[in-house]
Amino acid sequence: MRRFAALYAQLDRTASTVAKREAIAAYLHDAPPADAAWAVYVLGGGKLRRLATATELRTAAQAATGYAEWLIDASYQHVGDLAEAIALLLPPGDGALADTPLQVWMEDWLPALGKLDPPARQLQLQAWWRALAPQQVFLLNKLLTGALRVGVSQRLVVQALALWSQLPTDLIAHRLSGDWQPHAAALSALAEPDSGEEHLTDRPYPFFLASPLEQNVEALGDRNDWLAEWKWDGIRAQLMRRSGEARLWSRGEERLDGRFPELETAAAALPFDGVLDGEILAWNAAGHLPRAFTALQKRIGKLKPGAKLLADTPVRFMAYDLLEHDGEDLRQQPLRARRERLATLLQDVSPALMLSPALPATDWPALALEREQSRARQTEGLMLKRLDSPYRVGRKRGDWWKWKVEPYTLDAVLIYAQLGHGRRAGLYTDYTFGVWDRSHLVPVAKAYSGLDDAEIATLDQWIRSHTLERFGPVRSVEQVHVFELAYEAIQRSSRHKSGVAVRFPRILRWRTDLAIRDADKLDDLRRLAMD
Amino acid sequence: MRDDLLQPRSQGLYCPAGDFFIDPRWPVERAVVTHAHGDHARIGNAGYHVAAAGSALMRERLGEEAVIETHEYGEAFTLGDVRVSMHPSGHMLGAAQIRMEHGGRVVVVSGDYKREADPTCAPFETVPCDVFVTESTFGWPVYRWPPIDAVIADLLSWWDDCARRGVPALLFCYALGKAQRLLAELALRCDRVAHVHGALLQPVQHYRDAGIALLPTVPLAENARGTAMAGELIMAPPSAANTPWMRRFANASTAFASGWMQVRGNRRRRGFDRGFVVSDHADWPGLLRSVADSGASRIYVTHGDGDVLTRHLRELGHDALALEALGES
Ligand SMILES: [Zn+2]
Ligand SMILES: [Zn+2]
Repeated sequence: MRRFAALYAQLDRTASTVAKREAIAAYLHDAPPADAAWAVYVLGGGKLRRLATATELRTAAQAATGYAEWLIDASYQHVGDLAEAIALLLPPGDGALADTPLQVWMEDWLPALGKLDPPARQLQLQAWWRALAPQQVFLLNKLLTGALRVGVSQRLVVQALALWSQLPTDLIAHRLSGDWQPHAAALSALAEPDSGEEHLTDRPYPFFLASPLEQNVEALGDRNDWLAEWKWDGIRAQLMRRSGEARLWSRGEERLDGRFPELETAAAALPFDGVLDGEILAWNAAGHLPRAFTALQKRIGKLKPGAKLLADTPVRFMAYDLLEHDGEDLRQQPLRARRERLATLLQDVSPALMLSPALPATDWPALALEREQSRARQTEGLMLKRLDSPYRVGRKRGDWWKWKVEPYTLDAVLIYAQLGHGRRAGLYTDYTFGVWDRSHLVPVAKAYSGLDDAEIATLDQWIRSHTLERFGPVRSVEQVHVFELAYEAIQRSSRHKSGVAVRFPRILRWRTDLAIRDADKLDDLRRLAMD
Repeated sequence: MRDDLLQPRSQGLYCPAGDFFIDPRWPVERAVVTHAHGDHARIGNAGYHVAAAGSALMRERLGEEAVIETHEYGEAFTLGDVRVSMHPSGHMLGAAQIRMEHGGRVVVVSGDYKREADPTCAPFETVPCDVFVTESTFGWPVYRWPPIDAVIADLLSWWDDCARRGVPALLFCYALGKAQRLLAELALRCDRVAHVHGALLQPVQHYRDAGIALLPTVPLAENARGTAMAGELIMAPPSAANTPWMRRFANASTAFASGWMQVRGNRRRRGFDRGFVVSDHADWPGLLRSVADSGASRIYVTHGDGDVLTRHLRELGHDALALEALGES
């Protein structure tokens, strides 16, 4: 853990990707391979099954520090990260376990923690904390509760591996895609010389990722050089059929097999082998539209969906690229050719497999008008792809652009409610939302729209029974509910108590999955307003 | 709060029996000022009482015209019916706690203070009292200062690392107090030279004039650029960060020396490569220890978000209250 903690500190100390890449490569060079394999896994965003809940960590921290629960919570709120707050609250440990290899933590000790009963788990946690330095306590807590975010992308890990192995990045990316397992042998396999045959396994190709369009669209040149499509808001995936067998891989390079049986069935029934790149969408067949992402979420969570779920929430695969056809890797061919072949192949196949249509608008202004329809079409905007480009690896700027109509969003807590007007008279439908200013919630936005009638009714009932104070038509309510708000802009304002004005706020979602401490912080909004 | 020794007013803490304010925010007749930081020593008051050790800094801050009376630490003087004395708070050169005695009661206002040793100023003195008004800038239990030896060692290895990489080491720190403390700590451990931003020049000179040993400093050349400054330590006030001034040192490794750097998010949000945890305020254990040492039967918490400290003190059995918004950190 000591060596990995040192790597973490190095990564955390620099914003330079070059420095990060070199730090990781140096670590790979020096660390025992079994540890290095786990480091690759963890830095790339891999995580263990969650082994302790946040509540368990807080309870153990209470026991270890003797502090009251509210004091632990206030500290967490102040720090903004539970793993770190606990590391700072605890008396520094004696370092007795600092030299235990990362592999032992990841393969033996942490999984064993999950098997203990809760009281034993509490004691084990405290014993570990007593034996680690604060930085290591922080890492341990992170590993226990989820992913370690260190500003290191999967791509950076691939680059570091390439630097370490002296192999091309796309080969590394390919070998790392799929269900790469963090073992010493798998790490050394990454560094083996190129055999040239590797795409014939059951692995997906590394995904080509679009970059946000920041320049004026006219700067892309001739409209005719570009394919324009909707930017679908689903799960990016590769649907593959090789030797008649279907597989589905998400962009996170997770196997999705079993979750979307209708897509696997449709792929298996294809009259050809191939690898399609596209988007899984929950589909509204009557409206010829995707459904909101929340509908798809019901499917993502279900490993073996029942008949009712399959019938209520059908999915489609919106294909937009063809990476392989009958064993032939097409990625170096121009998109124009790949699309043509894809369109031909997808005629007369199962309706579950659709071709993402090319938008016909003939010039940029017409396309910009089309883009205005994105929300009505349940899409996130447009994708622009250069027709003579190959299918590249990772996020390479220049050939694929996403031209999103993205609202800004923030998570805020309901603090006041007021009776609505017109159709909603008599119901509490005008809401004021607050974000954290140190330990207080200060109002930053009022929103009137975005919830459906059922949600409004539920919230109205709740407001009436959880009122703290009344000021004329306005009630202050218990601070419990978090909402995701979309807004168009944020500006500094001396007229608002918060110091910022949020323009055109509207409710996107009731975030029942969030606690109020998860709401945004005013300081962060102020910074956005300054930028 | 009814008290003839201490009342919170919009201008600041007021002592009715002595008719003076402590660190007033707006001009008043008579001000007793704890130390020379801008949020405590404000210009425009008719008369000032300050600790002698900080008189040159106060003069610089308050101007030639200001009517300033200086007092040695521990020397008692009378204002109205109140016996007043100033005692070192360990915050910076000349920083004082204010002790007020009247009718057999003693109130102490801590001002800003720290309990750690600091080669640039007299150490914090425990002053027994009935009422203790404590600052709480770092009033959360996550703030526990690492030993200064370890921090300076870390800073020196960062400096060495910058030299190896051929980039400037750009260290942001408050121009008055923190910069001099760092220079004094560095002087104990190395014999190099630091380049300092213009804002640091006057305060550094005042500390030298007070006989405090600091690392040799040279004013940062007007036209100094990153390449010429490779491997050099440059000290600048935080206000210079993210200004056009920084562009000259685009390749520099940046660091900020502050108690806030204890929390990773504070450093990341401000975009510094490194954070060195050095504070001239009391950390959580320091706050609790000072409250206990004072022996006071009533505690007022001010300067910072005092809610957490206040509640914790009450749970420990102290009669503690937050004095809201009487100052800014
Ligand atoms: Zn101060
Ligand atoms: Zn202060």
